[in-house]
Amino acid sequence: MKRLHLERLANPQLLALAGVLLINWLLFPNFFRITWQDGRLFGSLIDVINRGAPVAILAIGMTGVIATKGVDLSVGAIMAVCGAVAATMVVAGYPTPVAVIAALAVGLACGLWNGFLVAVLDIQPIIATLVLMVAGRGIAQLITEGSIVTFNDPALIFIGTGSFLGLPMAAVIALVLMVLVTFLVRRTAIGLFIQAIGVNRAAASLSGIRSRMLLMLVYALSGFCAAIAGIVVAADIRGADANNSGLWLELDAILAVVIGGTSLLGGRFSIPMAVVGALIIQAMNTGILVSGFRPEFNLIVKAGMIILILLIQSPLAGRLFTGRLVPAKAARK
Amino acid sequence: MANSPFVLEARGVIKIFGNHTALDAVDFGLKAGEVHALLGENGAGKSTLIKILTGAYQPDGGGVFVQGEQVHLDNPLHAQTHGIGTVYQEVNLLPNRSVAENLYLGHQPTRFGLVDHRKMEANAKVLLQRYGLNLDPGSELGTHSVAVQQIVAIARAVELSGKVLILDEPTASLDRNEVERLFEVVRDLKSRGLAIIFITHFLDQVFAIADRVTVLRNGRLVETRPLDSVSRTDVVRLMLGKDIAFSGATDLEPENAHSEVLLDFRDYGRKKSVQPFNLTVHKGEVIGIAGLLGSGRTEMARIMFGADPADQGTLHISGKPVSIRNTSDAIAQAFGFCPEDRKAEGIFGDLSVRENIVIALQGKLGWFRALNRDEQLEIAGKFGEAMDIRAASLDMPVKLLSGGNQQKVILSRWLATDPAFLILDEPTRGIDVGAHAEIVRTINRLRDDGMAMIVISSELDEVVAYSSRIVVMRDREMVAELRGKNINPGVIVQAIANHPDEAVA
Amino acid sequence: MKRSLRPLAATAVIFIIAYALSVLQFPSMLSTRVLGNFLTDNAFLGIAAVGMTFVIISGGIDLSVGAVIGFTGVLVAVLISWMGIHPLLAFAIALGVAGLFGAAMGLTIHFLNVPSFIVTLAGMFLARGGASVITQDSVPINHDFYGTVTGLIIRLPGGGRLSFIGLLMIAIFILGALLAHRTRFGSYVYALGGNEVSASLMGVPVARTTVQIYMLSSMLAALAGIVFSFYTSAGYPLAAVGVELDAISAVVIGGTLLTGGYGFVLGTFVGVMLLGLVQTYIIFDGTLSSWWTKIVIGVLLFLFIVLQRVIFAASTPGEKSPEKA
Repeated sequence: MKRLHLERLANPQLLALAGVLLINWLLFPNFFRITWQDGRLFGSLIDVINRGAPVAILAIGMTGVIATKGVDLSVGAIMAVCGAVAATMVVAGYPTPVAVIAALAVGLACGLWNGFLVAVLDIQPIIATLVLMVAGRGIAQLITEGSIVTFNDPALIFIGTGSFLGLPMAAVIALVLMVLVTFLVRRTAIGLFIQAIGVNRAAASLSGIRSRMLLMLVYALSGFCAAIAGIVVAADIRGADANNSGLWLELDAILAVVIGGTSLLGGRFSIPMAVVGALIIQAMNTGILVSGFRPEFNLIVKAGMIILILLIQSPLAGRLFTGRLVPAKAARK
Repeated sequence: MANSPFVLEARGVIKIFGNHTALDAVDFGLKAGEVHALLGENGAGKSTLIKILTGAYQPDGGGVFVQGEQVHLDNPLHAQTHGIGTVYQEVNLLPNRSVAENLYLGHQPTRFGLVDHRKMEANAKVLLQRYGLNLDPGSELGTHSVAVQQIVAIARAVELSGKVLILDEPTASLDRNEVERLFEVVRDLKSRGLAIIFITHFLDQVFAIADRVTVLRNGRLVETRPLDSVSRTDVVRLMLGKDIAFSGATDLEPENAHSEVLLDFRDYGRKKSVQPFNLTVHKGEVIGIAGLLGSGRTEMARIMFGADPADQGTLHISGKPVSIRNTSDAIAQAFGFCPEDRKAEGIFGDLSVRENIVIALQGKLGWFRALNRDEQLEIAGKFGEAMDIRAASLDMPVKLLSGGNQQKVILSRWLATDPAFLILDEPTRGIDVGAHAEIVRTINRLRDDGMAMIVISSELDEVVAYSSRIVVMRDREMVAELRGKNINPGVIVQAIANHPDEAVA
Repeated sequence: MKRSLRPLAATAVIFIIAYALSVLQFPSMLSTRVLGNFLTDNAFLGIAAVGMTFVIISGGIDLSVGAVIGFTGVLVAVLISWMGIHPLLAFAIALGVAGLFGAAMGLTIHFLNVPSFIVTLAGMFLARGGASVITQDSVPINHDFYGTVTGLIIRLPGGGRLSFIGLLMIAIFILGALLAHRTRFGSYVYALGGNEVSASLMGVPVARTTVQIYMLSSMLAALAGIVFSFYTSAGYPLAAVGVELDAISAVVIGGTLLTGGYGFVLGTFVGVMLLGLVQTYIIFDGTLSSWWTKIVIGVLLFLFIVLQRVIFAASTPGEKSPEKA
């Protein structure tokens, strides 16, 4: 058991996270200082976990989608919709659990819609999920009627800002979700089937795996996770901002999944590593902030990360040496 | 040198992939004004030779000569400048563009720097009429039949190259009339002095159009002969090799008439795929399916397994009517299927050996009755050992195994589901001798254990050794069911080659 | 009718019916003033959408468009206001920078053989980040040249104004249509979208064409950014967020197949006008809120994706199943 643990610690994602944290510490010596105050932990590290939670939650759902060779561009918009649903419902006087369940149901429905387009109508995932990406924010604004709906419902706010055993609630939710979903896919055959579809859909079909139901499931899960992230973000700012909630977070989630070692071409995936990917993104974000750079600098760093990962994953290096700069796609024939 | 009799020639061409010799000192010569058929089963080296002749591959030894001059062909476009044009089985044109643009893409006539569509379409119209096509050159290519698209592809290849035309299985998806139409074009080009290489699996077509034939087997040149000096049976024998023709009587396995009928296919078939066939399969017997590539043998297997479900006929399993609409239905009836194209349809390359073995069983169990890691390891270990799978670890990606071991993995995958009926499509192709023997041993063992099997194979003597009946496929039709004594590869070859127009040899 | 024309015909019919219904409800929408504003207000979107049309026809997607618009605005503003460079020279510099930027994306897409969405996503981060690093605030542009250009209008009978930037958009559409339909480059773009393997076997310079396509898209986005700076007389790093989605929507609604290979530059014009019509209608109505624009666009997008699916899935005789493609 212990040996297994050591092996796990040596993987590139955890090393990268450690590296980023170390740089943060060099830039900001108090980075690792954690204090206990009012029954909860405070500190930059806790901040990383807390701020990274929404992307981590999205990444949990996105991992399954990408493992099937798909992508879900609509999660940011679904966040906005579900945040709006939860906020407007508590403002309208519904009990918090009803509002939360309704928001989750809406997220699930959005995911099923995507799954329907991909699995049943057989539309390319990037195109299918574009529809909700475009329309979703409009729907969210429709629900909030264009304003930022603020609320004072303590139970809902607790989801975003409360703490559990000293840890921020958002991080606890992300962690629990990660464990549950990992458990769901690893303790059932779902994870194996997802990989099988992503690696070779023709062989999966000949092995008797029904890909349609499975695709519906992964997109539904992605929508559900987006709903949770949307509620967390709304609860954090005590309001639903249809315009900005989750804006571009789908791209961060994709990036987190890719950093977590899941290829955009589908196949092997790791949900915990995608969560680590989200933490790496957030740690860099925090590092940039604490070291006095402008937050926008973060975008450039993210772009650099994408390029770096593409370079690492691409067969270009190998081809450069053999002197054949023909893309594999064209050379295959 | 310069007055070589050949327009295009390969001399002693060698091509090696890793430790596999795809072409071993092959000579090939093509004369002007002839149609030269290139034959061989899958893996014989046809496509490798073509790729060398068109510059897609570079030979590791020997050379390519155009009109006696050695040339170095960098790529298919470069080959085009030497007059060598190619038309592939899957039309490599742009279905989304107009016919005219497909003819002239990259060479469109321009006026003031802009493409002159009117002139291009007028030229196209004239050109296509020479090929017997009277169609609107402005129409989208994809709206025309494959035959028309093939002719357009030929027209483009001839226009841009003009000396040599390579036709790589151009008739694979054409019906009889379309083939005839294509042949008219080919005959016309031949009379215009073009040298044409014709690759096909259909012997009838070879005899209908070709002047000479070259047969490759296992990367070696078997023979080049004028077609008027060989019979159909000779050609099949050359292709399948091993002087099998009249080797005495390796009898079929005795038919076990007492054993229970497991499957009964009646008028089973699928439109545009395989003509309806009747077949009964008993428990504990192997039925061999023989036929050349493209004869419908793989299609037959896919219909039985529900991968392309039957749209006519009935199936009874142990006397009860059953309908198989998809692969899950087939697997629920304890069917298994090892496909021919291991890489594209068989293995999950990035997944582990263990996962590859348990996946069909897991598929049968469903989402929630998951095998845990220990159970998976036990199952994978059990079958891995029984099949003698050589893998460093059951957790290594299956793509790192040799072809033979991959095939054993796929076979293990189905054995793990405890099938009653197993379909094996070319289970021994392209694998090493050891794995080959292991798979044959397994087939024998499973038969003796009472499993019903269908084995598609080009290895005729092997099929004869373990089958009790041989089904012969030709032109997507089941043409014979051989049974009884004195069935040997020679008889099968004749059944494959047999043609109503030709007296039985 | 050619099937590739059907989505475009559908768009045109929808536009005409929608416009007719709008005019029935608000007769004043049928005026040269409204039409002139249509062109002016949508000029930057239209110009960016022309570039996007080429990208999508080639089978790709460019998510960096909005960010390039924002970056260009900032770059131009900084060059003019802080460095005192003449606007025309600033425009040339901005177009050059965008060209290099697009070339870099095209090279990455081709040689790393990765999906365009992830590369242009990095491009989007880079351009937004770059703009924000230069400045976080809006940089005003006070140059006579801006006043001169804004004043260039043709007055139409009925009080309408045909502005310079409106005309510029029309010119770009005409040039774009010529480029797409009447040049070899255009035929190569369609070839890439049809089948990259076939295209390369037929002699299409795949690498060069890919690079040119993304250069074109980025440079047109930069031109859109310049036009955008005429509206606001300022450069702001967060300007034009999400414009790429509007551009993609306009292209698809204009009859271009999102999977590539089919499409018309002039169809995109109709798509842009249809989006403009939705916005104008909502403004005229007064009771409808702006978010209906997004919902209507989303619905249109969905309808056209399904429509294309239906038209093009009636599979052609020679094509294999999409599973294998």
